[in-house]
Amino acid sequence: MRITLTVNGEQRQADDVWEGESLLHVLRERMGLPGSKNACEQGECGSCTIYLDGTTCCACLVAAGQAHGRDVVTVEGLSARGPATEGAGTARPVAGPVTGPVTGPVTGPPDAGEALHPVQQAFLDAGAVQCGFCTPGLLVATHDLLTRDPDPDDAEIREALSGNLCRCTGYEKILDAVRLAAGRMG
Amino acid sequence: MTGFETVAGVPSATTATGNTTTSTVDGVGTSPLRPDGTLKVAGEFAFASDLWMDDMLWGVTLRSPHPHARITGIDLTQALKLPGVFAVLTHEDVPGEKHFGLEHQDQPVLAIDRVRYQGEPIALVAADHPETARRAAQRIKVDYEVLAPIVDAELALRPETPRLHEGGNLVRHVRVRTGEENPTADVVVSGAFEVGMQDQAFLGPEAGLAVPDGEGGIDLWVATQWLHVDQRQVCAALGLPPEQVRLRLSGVGGAFGGREDLSMHVHGCLLAQRTGKPVKMVYNREESFFGHVHRHPARMHYEYGADRSGKLAYARATIHLDGGAYASSTPAVVGNAGTMGLGPYDIPNIQIDCFGAYTNNPPCGAMRGFGSVQTAFAVEATMDLLAAELGLDPVELRARNGFREGSRAPTGQLIDAPAPVAELVEKLRALPLPDERPDAHDLRHLPGGVANTTHGEGVRRGVGYAVAYKNVAFSEGFDDFSTARVRVSIAGGQPVVTVHTAAAEVGQGLVTVEQQICRTELGIDRVVVAPQDTSVGSAGSSSASRQTYVTGGAVKAASESVRRLLLTSAATRLGRRRDDLQLAPGGVVLDGSGTVAITLADLLGDDHVEDTVEWRHRPTHPIDPETGQGDAHVQYAFAAHRAVVDVDVELGLVKVVELACVQDVGRAMHPQAVVGQIQGGSAQGLGLALMEEIQVVGGRITNPSFTDYLIPTILDVPPMPIEVLEYADPHAPYGLRGVGEAPTISSGPAVAAAVRAATGLPLSRVPIRPGDITGTG
Repeated sequence: MRITLTVNGEQRQADDVWEGESLLHVLRERMGLPGSKNACEQGECGSCTIYLDGTTCCACLVAAGQAHGRDVVTVEGLSARGPATEGAGTARPVAGPVTGPVTGPVTGPPDAGEALHPVQQAFLDAGAVQCGFCTPGLLVATHDLLTRDPDPDDAEIREALSGNLCRCTGYEKILDAVRLAAGRMG
Repeated sequence: MTGFETVAGVPSATTATGNTTTSTVDGVGTSPLRPDGTLKVAGEFAFASDLWMDDMLWGVTLRSPHPHARITGIDLTQALKLPGVFAVLTHEDVPGEKHFGLEHQDQPVLAIDRVRYQGEPIALVAADHPETARRAAQRIKVDYEVLAPIVDAELALRPETPRLHEGGNLVRHVRVRTGEENPTADVVVSGAFEVGMQDQAFLGPEAGLAVPDGEGGIDLWVATQWLHVDQRQVCAALGLPPEQVRLRLSGVGGAFGGREDLSMHVHGCLLAQRTGKPVKMVYNREESFFGHVHRHPARMHYEYGADRSGKLAYARATIHLDGGAYASSTPAVVGNAGTMGLGPYDIPNIQIDCFGAYTNNPPCGAMRGFGSVQTAFAVEATMDLLAAELGLDPVELRARNGFREGSRAPTGQLIDAPAPVAELVEKLRALPLPDERPDAHDLRHLPGGVANTTHGEGVRRGVGYAVAYKNVAFSEGFDDFSTARVRVSIAGGQPVVTVHTAAAEVGQGLVTVEQQICRTELGIDRVVVAPQDTSVGSAGSSSASRQTYVTGGAVKAASESVRRLLLTSAATRLGRRRDDLQLAPGGVVLDGSGTVAITLADLLGDDHVEDTVEWRHRPTHPIDPETGQGDAHVQYAFAAHRAVVDVDVELGLVKVVELACVQDVGRAMHPQAVVGQIQGGSAQGLGLALMEEIQVVGGRITNPSFTDYLIPTILDVPPMPIEVLEYADPHAPYGLRGVGEAPTISSGPAVAAAVRAATGLPLSRVPIRPGDITGTG
């Protein structure tokens, strides 16, 4: 089937989508947007959290066809810098034979870092990112929390993020990041 | 609030050995941003499951539904008929060695005539859509003669039990004996303890992309902990030399030991070689539970004797670790549990027997804490029994018996670096305790939370302590080294360092530490971390808390060499003695008066200076097979926890109120990341104490999902105040100690001790289930 939807403000189309594919699969494998993560694909870990018509949900639990004609925002759409351009170190699909590494060298925070959303910058600054696999989902969930409640207390942060698993940090620095972002945005 | 985070202690070892100044922005001891962080928060970091190529195929694995069976036939006909299928492979298609393994090559790449665990790979499919591949795999017809599984590690070792492998069911027995054979003591306590099977539960599933090079060779992008040990095994299975099997690290979504063994590596390469196309394999969460090894479940019997003052007189321990169907790293886990299984305490008379056995349960191997996690539950519970019997405070008993510099480990090895066990627990005891329930009417602070299970009627508070020690790096004579290539060149008129290693960044922040070391040693701010691959020598594994020590040591040594080369070059150019020159921050060479003699930009021009260094820590030695004596370990890390819990004794629900940790890290290379490691490790220990267990019934996993295998959420993990001590280890680079594992070892036993204190129950098995508390389990 053919699916048309708005992703991060752009009209996107996918052809030959099998009816059993999830929105997550279409975003990751057909639209070159692998930022939403495939940690459990059963709605338990929150790592594929996106906005669907302004409401957060797990993209793995949405059949691709259900997203037809709707508005999706992913982690790639949070920052002002917009969808990524292809380049070293990004997760862009590699076209053609591999002559060099898929991932480029890491040189340090690129200048584009200036355009990160304050929630993204706060996660980076607070040390809330280790392996980073939970990060995209937590960023969207935090973005949503701070939109609804710009100054949450710790108990409110914990309730709001309780659907997002992180295996690396023990969550303390994620709490720091949310407080930091709230302070900077408030 | 998170409480406090402090870095305190004595001054660390000096950082450099002359000819440089050591203060550089974002160098060692500071907390610069991680270089991959921007990509990670932007959603653009390329994890293994994100890789993609035009025209690539999807690979899937058919796995055994039986824990133990003979395979009497495999029929691929129906699978091959499905449109979109490009290849279906079995063991007959493995061109090289048909078995692989970290220490013993006992595991079939694809099952041959027998399966020994549920989930054992049998066949592979490559197709143009993942669903097509899955459906084709379902069409493969495998005939099994189902056999009775052996599911108990102690029964597996009895002589009458059938053998799962040619050499029998014993993987390893470590025997440690010191002092008297039949010691006695004024006070004796004993107990039997069990630890369930824990999963690493890294969030990034096993994944990789194998790309044939058109000339018989292959490139494999994969999420792993050790590129070179993978390469060795992939080469053997493919029958290709290392030049033709190039491994490249893709983004790794956590590891915790679960990526030490091969997963899709050989399988993806086989499919790519056969089809001539790139093949991507990504496990889903259910397959991930079958696709990697787990933490060994343990059954342990402990007996400690002490005099009336609380001084330990003797210890006896028998430990059985269930290794599952294949050896993986069981021999090394048995080594750790055996040689360190009595905790960081001075004990004159010791008898330990630690066994690792083959069974038909899921294979077990490396997980953060590696043999020490299991034994710490038994050790710390036994110490608490002893404290209670003696009427001593648990902290006091630990302080009186704890290792100090000059102590002897059970192996007889002299502990020749700081070992501040008493200070760790005393500092914990001095910390203020959290308030009694701050707001008894706020359900969010009660066990069960907003589920409204209690309003506090049956809630009891408890406090518990535990201590951890862990060997850092590989032990028992293993040739443990890392390789680093460091280059200085000029770009845009400014000096830039490129550091190239094969060391796996798995989230811990090693790439940041490599940059910091280069900055400190070379005084150059701009440091590029080259992609990790097998075109440079082995870095060893990102495990055993070893990479900052060993790869950090290699990067330091290579940087020092490059510094000497730069100064030699400057001395030749300027006609001066090298010893009169020094490299200073900003990429300049100073003369004896502190004046700029030449800039690196002028010295190098379009040229560069580079060196590659293979670096080793001090050697270790095998242990004696009869007595377990020997200098087996490189370094020990020490941590201690205090847990405060509220337990609803009527419902069996536990809320951890606070989990404090004091850890000696030798030198906090990146203080923010050090605290992150301690908190993350503490949370994993909490998980094992209260909720995490792979439920295995008759050899079958009954909960392979995040719905049923519970890892702690942000509601389960409490505030974690951390105090970091920096007592330099004089043998280690910068005086540092490996950080990652120790906190995973002591946090769980502290939580278990706190639950015992709250309930008065013995609770000898973890994870502690609600029924264990209510007596209805």
